[in-house]
Amino acid sequence: MIRGFALVIVALLLIGAGDRRSGYDDASPDTRAMQDDDDANPGFLWVKQGENLWSEPDGKAGKSCVSCHGDATSMRGVATHYPAFDGKRGVPITLEQRINFCRTDHMEAPAFAWDDDRLLALSALVGTQSRGMMLAVEPREPFRSEGAALFNERMGQLNLSCAQCHEERAGQRLGGSRIPQGHANGYPEYRLEWQGMGSLYRRLRNCMVGVRAEPFAPDSRETAALMLYLAVRANGMRIETPAVRP
Amino acid sequence: MIARRRFVLLASCAAASRADATVAEVGALIQALVGDAPLKEGLIHLDLPVMVENGNSVSMTVSVTNPPAPVEAIHVFAEGNPLPQVGVFQFGPRSGAARVSTRMRLATSQTVIAIARLRDGSCWRDSVDLLVTLAACIE
Amino acid sequence: MVRVLINVPKQVRSGEAFEVKVLISHPMESGQRRDSQGQAIPRDIINHFVCTLDGETVLDAALFPAIAANPFLSFSVVAEKSGTLALTFTDDQGVTQTEMAAINVV
Repeated sequence: MIRGFALVIVALLLIGAGDRRSGYDDASPDTRAMQDDDDANPGFLWVKQGENLWSEPDGKAGKSCVSCHGDATSMRGVATHYPAFDGKRGVPITLEQRINFCRTDHMEAPAFAWDDDRLLALSALVGTQSRGMMLAVEPREPFRSEGAALFNERMGQLNLSCAQCHEERAGQRLGGSRIPQGHANGYPEYRLEWQGMGSLYRRLRNCMVGVRAEPFAPDSRETAALMLYLAVRANGMRIETPAVRP
Repeated sequence: MIARRRFVLLASCAAASRADATVAEVGALIQALVGDAPLKEGLIHLDLPVMVENGNSVSMTVSVTNPPAPVEAIHVFAEGNPLPQVGVFQFGPRSGAARVSTRMRLATSQTVIAIARLRDGSCWRDSVDLLVTLAACIE
Repeated sequence: MVRVLINVPKQVRSGEAFEVKVLISHPMESGQRRDSQGQAIPRDIINHFVCTLDGETVLDAALFPAIAANPFLSFSVVAEKSGTLALTFTDDQGVTQTEMAAINVV
């Protein structure tokens, strides 16, 4: 069972980035330059905030992240496995959900709202520890297949599926930008359109509102399935957190 | 001179009259700044991408290399923005070069103008015409 | 207190120009945007930035709403001896914040 799973991961990694393009490759030279310079990348303002929060005790248990995890550098490699299957809850969970569960389960602190800057800051801090490492997410079933089905399903008043833009028309232009393949390898990311930092969920919400569909709720099974599918689809690609995108 | 190519969006028709007002405003501001001194092209260089992916953040570097006299200030204007001024950058004795990089917002396709005023009273000008596109999927 | 990231080289040579980069966490609300109810969101920006080295001016910048959110500035400084770089910025409310960075001349 374990060997089978390991073989699947190796196979996925070997597929490689040959025909796959990161959103970085489709961004303008200016946008890429912003990501390349840690001193100019606004995402690092959130990473810095994350560093401060990491050592701050919060909640009734009086603990900080340091209490259990030590230095943030111990998180190296962690982001490469997310979304990860949570045995207790029976669903794949994202890094942000994992951080929130740490707070409620171990720190006796309230969970952050999905778009809270502090959650993004901690997620950016943990994510960037794996910068440059390859995604190696377990393609847990039936969630992966459910996510694949959602990716290919037409939705909203515009009746478009994710695949129609991000597979069939990836590389073509919409407005002044090239349509990326939609690999979630740089989240949380600084998006120029948002003038701020956002999670993958924010982006998916964006897309769904864009096709005039009712967005999936943040903690829904659909969201979990779709995010898992996107991560597995990007397996073998390198993490760029905090990415900068148009 | 960079050829003028304007990408006119249907939506910008309504903004056209406001943009024209800004062009006039910028003209007046430059006139007030320059006064009687001749405004010459050259010496100052405005580095901006011609094709802008997102108007919310456009990287800009403006520099004056080997000026004949110290540079007092660099003024940057955006002719197509609702408000014409972008920044005024004054260089002091501890400045290593009359150069600054920053990021600005551009509301629409337009001309960005930079004026350098030197201590000898001379004024120099550079401009860039940019195409600013809107994001396809807005939140 | 807003978050600021400052980058200065670890060591610089006397009389040789070096680059300083600063990134400030601030929405730079232009005053041009409207909220979902159609109400104008009031202007709130950092309107003045000054950098000095041991009290002497490096750069004095007046900033306007056209400066992008989370403002970034990169500029050149020259130092003869080790000292302290002070970066001060002021917002529309008149609130001032100063950050310091050590300049180590070898």
